[in-house]
Amino acid sequence: MSDRSPIESATGPLAKLARPLTFVALVLLGISFVVPFVWQVLISLSDRSEVDRLTETGFPSRISLDAYVRVFDQVPFAKYFFNSFFVAGWVTLLQVITCSMAAYAFSRIQWPGRDKVFLLYLGTLMVPGVVLMVPNFVVILGLGMFDDYTGLIIPAAFSAYGTFLLRQFMLTIPSSLDEAAAIDGAGHWRIFTQVILPLARPGLIVLAIFAFLFNYNSFFWPLILTQSENLRVLPVGLLQFNTTYGSDVPAIMAAALMAMIPPIMLFLLLQKYLVKGIQLGAVKG
Amino acid sequence: MAQVTLRDVKKVYDGKVVAVRDVNLTIGDGEFLVLVGPSGCGKSTTLRMIAGLEAITEGTISIGDRVVNDVHPKDRDIAMVFQNYALYPHMSVEKNMAFGLQLRRLPREEIKRRVTETAGLLGIGELLNRRPKQLSGGQRQRVALGRAIVRDASVFLFDEPLSNLDAKLRVTTRTEIKKLHKRLRTTTVYVTHDQEEAMTLGDRIVVMSAGRGVGVIEQVDTPLNVYRYPKNRFVGAFLGRTPMNFFDGRLVEAEGEVWFVAGPEDAPSIRLAMLPKHTEALRGRVGAEVTLGLRPSSLSEHPMGKETAAHSTIRSQVQVVEPLGKNIDVSCELLDGSPMLARIDARHDFPTSGEVKFYVDMEHVHLFEPGEFGASLLHPEGAPQNETATLASDA
Repeated sequence: MSDRSPIESATGPLAKLARPLTFVALVLLGISFVVPFVWQVLISLSDRSEVDRLTETGFPSRISLDAYVRVFDQVPFAKYFFNSFFVAGWVTLLQVITCSMAAYAFSRIQWPGRDKVFLLYLGTLMVPGVVLMVPNFVVILGLGMFDDYTGLIIPAAFSAYGTFLLRQFMLTIPSSLDEAAAIDGAGHWRIFTQVILPLARPGLIVLAIFAFLFNYNSFFWPLILTQSENLRVLPVGLLQFNTTYGSDVPAIMAAALMAMIPPIMLFLLLQKYLVKGIQLGAVKG
Repeated sequence: MAQVTLRDVKKVYDGKVVAVRDVNLTIGDGEFLVLVGPSGCGKSTTLRMIAGLEAITEGTISIGDRVVNDVHPKDRDIAMVFQNYALYPHMSVEKNMAFGLQLRRLPREEIKRRVTETAGLLGIGELLNRRPKQLSGGQRQRVALGRAIVRDASVFLFDEPLSNLDAKLRVTTRTEIKKLHKRLRTTTVYVTHDQEEAMTLGDRIVVMSAGRGVGVIEQVDTPLNVYRYPKNRFVGAFLGRTPMNFFDGRLVEAEGEVWFVAGPEDAPSIRLAMLPKHTEALRGRVGAEVTLGLRPSSLSEHPMGKETAAHSTIRSQVQVVEPLGKNIDVSCELLDGSPMLARIDARHDFPTSGEVKFYVDMEHVHLFEPGEFGASLLHPEGAPQNETATLASDA
């Protein structure tokens, strides 16, 4: 931008210093974020015997990819990957479907008590997940979904947060569009699928990203709900390096690093939507 | 094409807020009816009830021979143009226009033919592949019109379609809508808050108000009849490009005539003799408080000094003179300080201050009972029967 706004072009000794100071602060903050990652990469590339000395040397004496090989050798890492993708993928798909339908009902259809029911639904967000862990577990056990993909997917297929997010998004779509479509001959299903959903796409993408990341990282629920080796998801799988084989720190770092790649890719690809999603409900552009 | 009938229609929101009541209207086949009134008078609610977008609390609405109270909007055979156009932002102009036809499962060639034809009619053939975002306000307006026309519905509903356009475009689009109606002759109900739009477009206009806390119809007639014979003070004040002047006063009988007098007995600011044809009707009101309604255009310049026709002139002090081209608007003050606006033929040397005398066209004065909704004393039933008949046949 060539034009400087009046705020930026403010003069005075403090104003002159503001820019460099901000810059320095941001750099420091950036470094504090990056250092752990760099450290993680360094550990994953070191020899297992060298890990303890790394704090002194600062750099591995020999770059080795052994830890990465061990990850695949010692545990079914590919299977964990698949499981994480499979579960998070299904949950994402189902959440987008159920949340968008619920959001449509809460934002576009008039029915008695609608807003009260919505508040009640939203109220479930206030209940900590840990409190519901045991009742949920009992229910899933009763339904015969223990140690099964369905037990990992179905309970997470509905989200009050996602419904809230999409409802807020849909409220910004003018109601005259539904009315025009109704006069054009569309029923609720068509208005939903052909008018509202296409217009809610940015909101759907944001929800999809959030849902995927959240479930991809999900640890506690899969931990208590699965026993079989072949149902383990990545976060649970990472635990294996601690228990079964002592503490193989380079392998843990290597595995964690590889597990991080998909979310980072996702973020890089879709970050413009994420920013939009965070702005949602703030200033409407 | 169809006739639309509203019988005793009432709309109550949440069981307590009455939006409109006692709406009785018959919109003839092919007629262009305009609902006009200030905001909150229930004109849009009435339109939306015809469209089926609002449920009716009481009464019946029929389109053609069919009562449509419980009929879904899509089955009412109507097309509507919204204030914000309500174009589907994610569809091209062509798809916007074709959407309704596709839902009605028309053959693809037929849809293509109709869309092309309508786009040609409205001069938007070039824009068919664009998205609404890529169009100007006027173009969007046309697409919205096109989407309604292409459906070939029996009734067109317009909800303030011009209010988002700039003044110049509003006038040209207005003319186009009128031309279009002349060509298509589809029964049309049009809502606006702009009296000028109402006057120029409507075969008949319906003036609504919310002054008594509820939306009601004040008068239904041809534009000229409503303008010339307002049933009450509200209608008189609402219609007309320049606001009607109102003066509170009383009726007095003297010299065998009934006079309207405002101001003190010894030095009245207005003293006008009513026409002999009204004497009979007004005699019973002598002594009563009344309000005189005077359109700025009913005043004309009266040469100073001449004392003729003293019973139909008003003296005033000029405050401001605004040249408008053919006319000038003169804001002045009467003896008692009450303001008056006169619109008279333009003249270069019209005095910008001092005293002037205006001649009042007594054929076109109005007398109302006191109050904002005071009934007309001269035309309590609106236009005289014979006049309505001739004007209606013109339309």
